[in-house]
Amino acid sequence: MFNRNRVAEMANKDWETLIVDQIPGLRRYARALCLEQDGADELVQDCLERAWSRFHTWKPDSNLRAWLFTIMHNLFLNSIRRQNNGPGFVSFEDRDISAHHHDPLALRDLENGLARLAPQQRELIALAGLEQMPYSEISKILDIPVGTVMSRLSRSREKLRQFMSIEPTPTIKKVK
Amino acid sequence: MIQRYSILENELQAFVDGQLDKEKHAFIAEYLNANPEEAQRVAAFRQQNDLMHDLFDDVLSEPVPEKLSKKPSSSVIKPGFQMAAAICLLVIGGFIGWIMHANIEQSIIVAENPIVRQAMNAHVVYTPEVKHPVEVDASQEAHLVKWLSKRLDTPIKSPDLTAMGYQLVGGRLLASDTGPAAMFMYENNTGERLTLLVRTKVANNSETAFRFHSRNDLRMFYWIDGSIGYAITGKINKSNLLDIAHSVYQQIHL
Repeated sequence: MFNRNRVAEMANKDWETLIVDQIPGLRRYARALCLEQDGADELVQDCLERAWSRFHTWKPDSNLRAWLFTIMHNLFLNSIRRQNNGPGFVSFEDRDISAHHHDPLALRDLENGLARLAPQQRELIALAGLEQMPYSEISKILDIPVGTVMSRLSRSREKLRQFMSIEPTPTIKKVK
Repeated sequence: MIQRYSILENELQAFVDGQLDKEKHAFIAEYLNANPEEAQRVAAFRQQNDLMHDLFDDVLSEPVPEKLSKKPSSSVIKPGFQMAAAICLLVIGGFIGWIMHANIEQSIIVAENPIVRQAMNAHVVYTPEVKHPVEVDASQEAHLVKWLSKRLDTPIKSPDLTAMGYQLVGGRLLASDTGPAAMFMYENNTGERLTLLVRTKVANNSETAFRFHSRNDLRMFYWIDGSIGYAITGKINKSNLLDIAHSVYQQIHL
């Protein structure tokens, strides 16, 4: 009996490690979706809670990362629907970006541009450009055909390009 | 224009993301050489990707807040468990069915009332549950009784069995082929559990009487009052269970 418990415990530990290993990646993706830390980590926490409680539905031979991203996509959609009544501003943090490789102004332009995109456009650009997911996988996560993934990606990137090349809107600071 | 958009434009995106095969990649590179305006757009898209990495990759090396890395306290059910559990239930169900079938063949006295099978099944399935034996626990007894009464569309009571040493654990709503059914679970200080099943729209063509049913170490008294059936099930001896059945009957009907 002791041995069996021990084996079960060890197996559980492996599943735990699998999910825990994905957390930094989920946090990066959530940050690109939400553009600020608190909201992003909240999204990750909701995603993990759902993942833990439904882990028995995950097929061990399937892609864990894609499964987690699908959960996060659904949660993100829900949060967009909830926020749709309020103003469509995305707030982001006032942070020091001078330490980055690129021109701080270009980074500021990107942040401004991402904030002005529709959340779904931001999601698509983050999945393809930041997460570098194959289009076939994005198609499964967002539940849209591959052709639609590419055409929407093209429109979203074009929009972002326009937003980045014009004067930024004043940023709305987050009030705690 | 639409044709151009759907094929070439898509391939430009795939070019940006490095998702083209060698041949297509070379073709697009050549196309961009000849079309500086398009090349500029593609360069802008590539820069978007680079900037995103610069802006967000730091998150990867940030320490993960403890609230995220901590697994919630409820234990995780391992992948594949669901299938195992389903097979287990099938086996249990089949076993119960087989036993009951044997019982009927042996006795051939009364046709088995559907409530017997459901009460046995529910007892076998839910009493071994450690974490979620009930949907609503005894701390919300008033709410539980109100909720089940509403769902069964008839006033339901949760009998008090403390005199017999059993405390209410809670209850849950069950499905039956005549609609919703209710189950209350009780437990004594040794962890022995009893279940009381209540079901409406039960066919009845005889007078109200306690009927006894047993299978291995599981014993049950059930009775039907009007169209409402009650079944009390547990692994205790027949005379103790009969006392409890009497108590339940009195609290509900008298």
